[in-house]
Amino acid sequence: MDSSLPTDPPPPRLELRGITKRFPGCLANDHVDLVLQPGEIHALLGENGAGKSTLVKMIYGVLHPDSGTILWQGRETRVPDPAGARQLGVGMVFQHFSLFDTLTVTENIALGLEKPGPMDALAAKIRSVSERYGLALDPERHVFHLSVGERQRVEIVRCLLQDPKLLIMDEPTSVLTPQEATKLFETLRRLAAEGCTILYISHKLEEIRALCSRATVLRGGRVVGACDPRLETARGLAELMIGSELSSPERPPQGAAGAARLSVRHLSTTSDNPFATNLKDVSFEVRAGEILGIAGVAGNGQAELMAALSGEVLVADPASVVIEGARAGHLGPRARRALGLAFVPEERLGRGTVPELSLSDNALLSGYASETLVTGGMVRFGRARAYAETIIKGFNVVTHGHRAEARSLSGGNLQKFIIGREVLQRPKLLIVGQPTWGVDAGAAAAIHQALIGLARSGAAVLVISQDLDELFVLSDRISVLFHGRLSDSRPTHETSVERIGLLMGGLFATPPDEDGEIARAL
Amino acid sequence: MSLIRLEPRGQASQAMVYATPLLAVLLTLLSGFVLFLLLGFDPMKALHAFFVDPVSSKRGIGELIVKATPLTLCAIGLAIGFRANVWNIGAEGQLTMGAIVGGGLALAFYGEGGWWLLPLMVIGGAAGGMAWAAIPAYLRLRFNASEILTSLMLTYVALLMLNYLVHGPYRDPDGFAFPESRLFEADAVMPILWAGTRVHLGAALALFAVAAGWVLIARTFIGFQIKVIGLTPAAAGYAGFDQKRVVWLVLLLSGGLAGVAGMGEVAGPIGQITPNVSPGYGFTAIIVAFLGRLHPVGILLAALLMALSFIGGEAAQIAMGLPKAITGVFQGMLLFFLLASDVLIRYRVRFGARRAVA
Repeated sequence: MDSSLPTDPPPPRLELRGITKRFPGCLANDHVDLVLQPGEIHALLGENGAGKSTLVKMIYGVLHPDSGTILWQGRETRVPDPAGARQLGVGMVFQHFSLFDTLTVTENIALGLEKPGPMDALAAKIRSVSERYGLALDPERHVFHLSVGERQRVEIVRCLLQDPKLLIMDEPTSVLTPQEATKLFETLRRLAAEGCTILYISHKLEEIRALCSRATVLRGGRVVGACDPRLETARGLAELMIGSELSSPERPPQGAAGAARLSVRHLSTTSDNPFATNLKDVSFEVRAGEILGIAGVAGNGQAELMAALSGEVLVADPASVVIEGARAGHLGPRARRALGLAFVPEERLGRGTVPELSLSDNALLSGYASETLVTGGMVRFGRARAYAETIIKGFNVVTHGHRAEARSLSGGNLQKFIIGREVLQRPKLLIVGQPTWGVDAGAAAAIHQALIGLARSGAAVLVISQDLDELFVLSDRISVLFHGRLSDSRPTHETSVERIGLLMGGLFATPPDEDGEIARAL
Repeated sequence: MSLIRLEPRGQASQAMVYATPLLAVLLTLLSGFVLFLLLGFDPMKALHAFFVDPVSSKRGIGELIVKATPLTLCAIGLAIGFRANVWNIGAEGQLTMGAIVGGGLALAFYGEGGWWLLPLMVIGGAAGGMAWAAIPAYLRLRFNASEILTSLMLTYVALLMLNYLVHGPYRDPDGFAFPESRLFEADAVMPILWAGTRVHLGAALALFAVAAGWVLIARTFIGFQIKVIGLTPAAAGYAGFDQKRVVWLVLLLSGGLAGVAGMGEVAGPIGQITPNVSPGYGFTAIIVAFLGRLHPVGILLAALLMALSFIGGEAAQIAMGLPKAITGVFQGMLLFFLLASDVLIRYRVRFGARRAVA
């Protein structure tokens, strides 16, 4: 920690003055000022596209400002590249991971260190750090086996190993259980108390209110406000961020649940991949008119469950997946769609959409059958364009039209497009993975509203998410997936975040007193 | 700090997609100029002999079309496969098998042909190429074997088989033991489309393949599936596209087209089966496919350009005494410059140092 004379206040850890960055066709940062003091946890707030990522990338040396000054501990500095940033003492956990799939956790972390030292020692260090911060991680595993959540843990551990003076965290808790998040907050608070500055980017406003002592709000590339988030309401923060009033999703009361549209009976999977999480005797059903939420930390079988339900992986027993009364375990995605299934995968780019193709081509990707976009083997491009336009208009997708490549859209807008594409096909059953991961508050509210609306119109909706706040907003019932097993479901209003959190942490077997539900789960 | 930097573009430049092949041609000509200069030839005269003289006569233009015909047929099929990430490198072998089967039919029905023989030979040529491409397809889908290796290796098997046949069963009984078949009868020869040249029916088939290829790629749902599988296999799985079916389809299609090309050679300009059916059309077609941006119309233009490099190389050998390798050098330079300049589609060049940060 900096020692300083009492008369001379220490210089800020980092100060940005008038930082401006222009990209072709957009001004990403417009004279942004930011002051970060040693030992503070500072929130950077803003919708997707507000310029948060651009700003932190300049601090981390990935991008370079067109104009403006960066002062590091009072001295004017140029951050040439990420290695230079790390030398200064800046660590960053990106929202999108920069890991090599074919290397192990230890090798990946070694690549990010200036002096990795012997691998054995490093692996031991990784183990101890990951245990200390509750970020379970096996240093020997290859990254391609890891789930999204586990990959993020690698990124966090990599940063923590470097004893950073400034730690930038981009949406770090989106894949943690509440208990793990609480643990991480303890870590972050401890780091801050030791003098490390933390720049914290998150859409979870409650989290920011609990953790951060100052917040800077960006909108359209400019600083539009600064506040003490502890003194604001989450709603107030959200409105500052989007610059208008926020509409929270309306939840008309659920009618009587209808017939089961999806029944999963004793679904077990075995995979060639030794690191996959096999599903073990998973049973549940989703009825017309309701939303079932499945909670769980990444890597507990979500990917396997999604694949088995979508038909991307076939299951041995056709009767273990029943869609609309028809045995479907042996059917591929196309046949399952014909039964009325629609599907929103967790990966928006690269599964839910083809990054290089236009929105109208991406509308064709899953809408070809139900929207009759193909006749006699020929694509009806006019209809595909019209369908894309309908999605764009109906779901307020911000883009310059149906010709835009999918990858040119921000995460929130792309997700609105995908949700819209699936919802507008009027499915009888919609399965959604991580509907609002990394999506800004405005888009998340719109997506939630669409899912609730679809369920209330008589469809069955299954949401698999790691975001408990989201599941409590959306679901009529909640189950938890842990190590490939699924707990019995509970009506949302009869359970609590804490109780679900314990289930997510695997406390199926050791129930808190008088909780029979958890005991029955195993 | 470098003086020339590459800066990512926000979006892929459509203009550059069309401009880079032209740029590659220009750079090739420039390098050719320097090359000729260093070799001690008058560069202008050499380039003229290479690129202009061969096409300044009706016969020359006819030869250009004759050479472009197999290149186009092969490249259309390859391009459709490349779009689906199916890397058929063995068009040369499939072309050879087309010649063996299609030409074999001409020999089998020697002296008893009729109007039906030529259509039968076209079908036989296509079937031969398809059968040869079906092997890599099966190996890839059954054993996950790379079609790059298997299709390439099968090329040499096909060439050896051709060699065996022309030295044995296919050999002209009255040919004084020369390794050549009989000359095909009139019923088994491609009709000439342009009198006074050797432009044959194959050219019309190639044009048809260009049109059909375009429709397949741009208008059909299977073409869309090919595109999605090539770009993002996971998205194809999500959409429920049958990837195995597409692998079969594109390999059979490219094999079939190459087979027709090979049959067109023996029943067209050659008129018999010889040990050298193709001067490497199947391999050059890979360059043609990429030079043409995997787009059927682009491929047609690229095939004409590569055909010019074949006949230009021959003409330059005769007129100026240039080495035979000159054809390969020019083809290689063209592909090299094309791949190198492709970077301009996603990046732009900036001159001068980065603007200072502070």
